[in-house]
Amino acid sequence: MTPVDSPAGIRFENIEKRYGGLYALRRVSLEIAAGECVVLAGRNGSGKTTLLRIAAGLVRPSSGSVTFLDSGKGPMQGAPKVGFVGHATMVYDELTAEENLVLFARLLGIAEPADRAGILLAEVGLDDRRSSLVRTFSRGMRQRMAIARALLNQPEVLLLDEPATGLDPQGVSWLAETLRRMRDAGHTIVMSLHGKSEISSLATRAVRLEAGSVMADTRTGGSLSSILTFVGA
Amino acid sequence: MLSNTTALLGKELRTEFRSRELLTTTVVFILVIVVLFSFTFDPTSAESRRFAGSLLWLAFLFAASLMLQPCFLREQNNDTLSALRLSVADPFAIFVAKLAANTLFLLLTEVLMLPVFSILFNVPVFPVFGQLVVVLFLGSLGVSIAGTALSAISAQARMRELLLPLLLLPLLTPVLVASTYVTIGLLDRAPYMEWKGIGFLATFDVVFLTALWLFGEYLLEE
Repeated sequence: MTPVDSPAGIRFENIEKRYGGLYALRRVSLEIAAGECVVLAGRNGSGKTTLLRIAAGLVRPSSGSVTFLDSGKGPMQGAPKVGFVGHATMVYDELTAEENLVLFARLLGIAEPADRAGILLAEVGLDDRRSSLVRTFSRGMRQRMAIARALLNQPEVLLLDEPATGLDPQGVSWLAETLRRMRDAGHTIVMSLHGKSEISSLATRAVRLEAGSVMADTRTGGSLSSILTFVGA
Repeated sequence: MLSNTTALLGKELRTEFRSRELLTTTVVFILVIVVLFSFTFDPTSAESRRFAGSLLWLAFLFAASLMLQPCFLREQNNDTLSALRLSVADPFAIFVAKLAANTLFLLLTEVLMLPVFSILFNVPVFPVFGQLVVVLFLGSLGVSIAGTALSAISAQARMRELLLPLLLLPLLTPVLVASTYVTIGLLDRAPYMEWKGIGFLATFDVVFLTALWLFGEYLLEE
């Protein structure tokens, strides 16, 4: 994998997100340096998904700001390329695997959409099912499609919300290997995970959220193992 | 934006023509309405000419409220709306593609329904077919613009299935009145084009399209 041209970090400043009277996030301040691989840990409802969706620009925070940083930790000129894998697969059931990737590649302005789609289908192991409708896929195959879609534009920042959902052990190994190569090439990776796994071992940092607040961070003293173990508990 | 709109319109057409869910349901629904109207209302030829325009547009409006419902709801099944928002440079492209597809589907349904309507209500539509298509286009475009915007709003609300018709039908009253007005003129014994109505429909379309362009992005936010 070729090194990233413009590595990007993320700075969350005093992020709050309220849904009516319910706080999903409370004054979250976090700085993720370009090239870091961060695991967001925490119980269900702790705010991991909301934080990732705010970083992706899908949810507007009630207050606070998100800034993308260059490798010198200054505000980035323009927005970086962001890849996002959410809880849902974010692909169309009524289109084939190839049609889905070509569609999103075209929307992203990728020069040779069919070629890029072909490369990714081979990479995620769905080359032989390229002409099958996604609705005929198993959950694991759909998750591979979701990951392929997120990688289309070779993102500088990759945001993954429980990316191993539905993947079989071979799929988890493939994903871990892909993420390891991306991390080593300087991509910034932020992912939410439940428990220790092959994928969590890639983390260079872990942050634990509880009830919408940062409760532990390996950068400020918590150990990677304790944070990840807590999640598994 | 043009290339994004083209790609998304292609997706809308491909998914619909592959499943034919919307078109089939809407055609059947509108056929039922028109047949029911003809059963419950047994007009003379003169009465038909007087009321046919209203009945026709009421049927089209009910059909539109059915057709527009899944427009954004379908994007929620797999959260594909988020994928679109992350991929397009200008969110207006999402709206343009959807309203273009909706207009096309509505027009197709209406054109298919005209001969049935003509037979059941004994109103000759073919001598003024060209002019009727102009009214149908402008009316359907207005319905699609407002309906697509409201579909985006209602898709994120509770009681989403009920909300769209409740919002849509009152908002489209001006389109219904103007379209009916023009259609009655065209179905008259001595057909004439009511240009004031055409002007009103064109203005409605431009105003609502501009509003969608200005504020559409906010409608897609979670």
